[in-house]
Amino acid sequence: MFTKPFHYNLLYLLLLVAALLLPFYVPDAYIFQIVIMSFLFAIATSSMNLIIGFAGQASLAHGAFFGIGAYGVAIMTKAGLSFWLALPLAALISAGIGAVIGIPSLRTRGHYFAIVTLCFGVILWIVAGNWIQLTGGHNGIFGIPLPSSIPIPFLGEIDFYSQTAQYYLALTFLLLTLFVLHRLIYSMFGLTFMAMRNNEPLADAVGIDPFTTKLMAFVIANFIAGMAGGIYASIIGAVSPSAASHLMTFNFLIYVILGGIATLSGSVIGAFAIPIIMELLQFLGDYRMLIFGALLVVVIIYFPQGFVGGLRQLNQKVVAWRQPKQTEGANVSR
Amino acid sequence: MELLLQQIFNGIMFGSTYAIVALGLTLVMGILSIPNFAHGHLYMLGGYITFFFISATGLGFWLSMLLSVITLGLIGVLMERMVYRPLTDQPHINAFIAAIGALLFLEALALVVWGPQGLRIPNPYPQNIQFLGITMGLQRLLVIGGAAVLILCLHLFMKKTLMGTTIEAVAQNREGAMLNGINVNRVSAITFGISSATAAIAASFLSPIFMLSPSMGAILGMKAFIIVILGGMGSIPGAILGGYILGLIEALGGGYVSAAYKDVFAFGALIVILSFKPTGIFGKKEA
Amino acid sequence: MFLVKSLTKHFDGIIAVQDVTFTINQGEILAIIGPNGAGKSTVFNLMTGTITPTSGMVFMEKVRISGLPPNKVAVKGIARTFQTTSLFDQLRVIDNLLIGYKYRTRIGFWNTLLHTPAWKRYQTEAFMRAMEMLEFLGLADKAEYFIPALSQEEQKRLAIGIAMVSKPRILLLDEPTGGLIQEETDRITRLIERIRDQGTTVCIIEHKMQMIMGLADRIVVLNYGKKIAEGTPDEIKSNQAVIEAYLGGEVHV
Ligand SMILES: Nc1ncnc2c1ncn2[C@@H]1O[C@H](COP(=O)(O)OP(=O)(O)O)[C@@H](O)[C@H]1O
Ligand SMILES: [Mg+2]
Repeated sequence: MFTKPFHYNLLYLLLLVAALLLPFYVPDAYIFQIVIMSFLFAIATSSMNLIIGFAGQASLAHGAFFGIGAYGVAIMTKAGLSFWLALPLAALISAGIGAVIGIPSLRTRGHYFAIVTLCFGVILWIVAGNWIQLTGGHNGIFGIPLPSSIPIPFLGEIDFYSQTAQYYLALTFLLLTLFVLHRLIYSMFGLTFMAMRNNEPLADAVGIDPFTTKLMAFVIANFIAGMAGGIYASIIGAVSPSAASHLMTFNFLIYVILGGIATLSGSVIGAFAIPIIMELLQFLGDYRMLIFGALLVVVIIYFPQGFVGGLRQLNQKVVAWRQPKQTEGANVSR
Repeated sequence: MELLLQQIFNGIMFGSTYAIVALGLTLVMGILSIPNFAHGHLYMLGGYITFFFISATGLGFWLSMLLSVITLGLIGVLMERMVYRPLTDQPHINAFIAAIGALLFLEALALVVWGPQGLRIPNPYPQNIQFLGITMGLQRLLVIGGAAVLILCLHLFMKKTLMGTTIEAVAQNREGAMLNGINVNRVSAITFGISSATAAIAASFLSPIFMLSPSMGAILGMKAFIIVILGGMGSIPGAILGGYILGLIEALGGGYVSAAYKDVFAFGALIVILSFKPTGIFGKKEA
Repeated sequence: MFLVKSLTKHFDGIIAVQDVTFTINQGEILAIIGPNGAGKSTVFNLMTGTITPTSGMVFMEKVRISGLPPNKVAVKGIARTFQTTSLFDQLRVIDNLLIGYKYRTRIGFWNTLLHTPAWKRYQTEAFMRAMEMLEFLGLADKAEYFIPALSQEEQKRLAIGIAMVSKPRILLLDEPTGGLIQEETDRITRLIERIRDQGTTVCIIEHKMQMIMGLADRIVVLNYGKKIAEGTPDEIKSNQAVIEAYLGGEVHV
């Protein structure tokens, strides 16, 4: 019922193999680091896509929840807790705070919800910059331990000192996230999220509680965002208020939109490609953001469905061109 | 007592700025229902352009300000035409993204042209006045007085001129206005121009007191947004009242509770109020 | 089985519905008619919890349902359509029906995440039911279509299908043939008769007199928010107040 054509599966398999082999052909440690980071951003971005793209609720606190996860892991691991315990705890805290914020704010709609979540994000950012005892203030927290090694009976252990190991850690979590999101979204459970985005009064009339449904999407999204932030803190080894700022949110949002809203692959492509493109444009200096800002406006006006949406349109055109008189309407949209 | 008066004075001064900036934003949000998130950045640009005319041409404060206001008005018209109008029929989130694109562009523009370091417009009125035991800078009084005059002018414009009433008509009923032969696109462009121009006025008044920096628009823009949402989108009295209240809350909260957390009061107030009244204090019921 | 008791609704200033009382009996087709703006849709919105009454109550099998939100009303077996055709127009036809069936299942977060046997069972059950509904609607070959590819009539059928897929006990239809031509109207009418024949109680708002006189068992007439008549089609046809409300025009079939 929700299956994809075979050639898609083949494409995904090829991508997976490419990802697994990536450490062998990545040119230098700097680029490698950016790739690892973009995987973590891809986790956060996919979950932002869940709440914004699929459930249609413009949460602008995603960076804040990423930050909660990052600070959570930083504080807990520095206090001696194992990363493997701190990570799920930090994600749960993120989800819990998400519920506390979601319960009042999901009563609002559209602009209002966007602005309430944005304000929450700003508050959190200010708190992160000023609560020196807990967060280290504007300097943030340094010397966060790497994820602790995983002992494997009889074989030794997996440690995370090398970039390659960190890369596979990030990749594992990314695949896990995509697997979970894919299951949730492409099922009747996920359809209720899309029903919220598409026609809330009708969903309400057919027995779906809008508030609970939206809250669920919000909490799940924030759990995953917190998890991404937690891994980020541990791998980078430091966290500062900028990790929780609205600029982080804007970045995620840009990845979601440019990659292709409401498509799982779009989020990954956006989060993966844009940071790398930005790096490649580093030589432009301050002009980089100038171009980027203008580009963002152009893309949203002319390609509002982003990269993946654009590809689909192209694909439909090709199909229509090859089979001029196919059953009418079968290929309409998406 | 002196401290209290001093805080109130500062609160009114900040409130004046907030009121003008929010006023401009509420005009475009009410009429175009566009979340012009880049409004704070237009304010920032207004400040820089005034600085540019003063420093590059040697023109006086008032003349530079006038040129800056005109420039920003034109930029506003351009922005409506190029950024927001093409997005009229798309989901709101797209206009929001476009706004983020615009604000990144404006911030980078200021960075490229004027650099990251803070700049200051020479204070045209550096004198101080002692009154009731508190010190009031003349320029600060100018901010307060200028804002009051501007608000009065805008009020007269909206109520007494044809253009003003047209804008109001479009805000209340876009389709109806269109059916009555009003060129809605032209009204939108003009409104955007006015909105940006008022931001330039606020920035010009305040820039002799506070440093200009490329990122100064971000938080201000958000605060204006909050005021507009709480005051009711498109509500002029809501924006003015909201602006002054926010200025006072911040000054008193910052003075008596915690300076570092002063912005938390504004943002926290919004969350609390919207939680209880999901459509704002003066907000209309959703249709 | 369904009781509307002294229902009143004020919208700031205007009284949209005033002291309206009627019952709907098991297995019948009850029509609500009246001129534009008479308050018919508002009555539906009050019956389904979309808006809350200023005063008065609504009961289903002696259980009070007024005051409940729409989704709580729906799970009591009360389904509705909207006057302006309301669909999930970004999704496929089949998805629309699956959403309509969702509350009948126990598909939640954990079930879906773990793909439990219960999840599989419900998912299959929903799918079977949706396909059955598509057959019933005559849309079986369009399961994978997106909504904009459907004709207006097909969209109206689907809207009824979304309401019916969960096997409600009562179906409320708000002008299901609005904007359709005679031929299409006849087909929808037959669909409604088949729904009634399956044992679902139907309450329908309509403008088209000829259609309603043939279809309804009983008719309630609203005018300016008040009930001015109630009875069988024949009684309504000869009712003086009704004829006046319609200026003596349309009622003569
Ligand atoms: N949400 C609302 N707010 C204000 N007035 C409303 C609302 N809904 C309906 N009305 C008014 O109530 C009256 C009855 O409307 P409605 O029930 O839609 O009539 P009908 O369906 O019989 O044509 C109309 O005057 C309409 O303008
Ligand atoms: Mg109606």
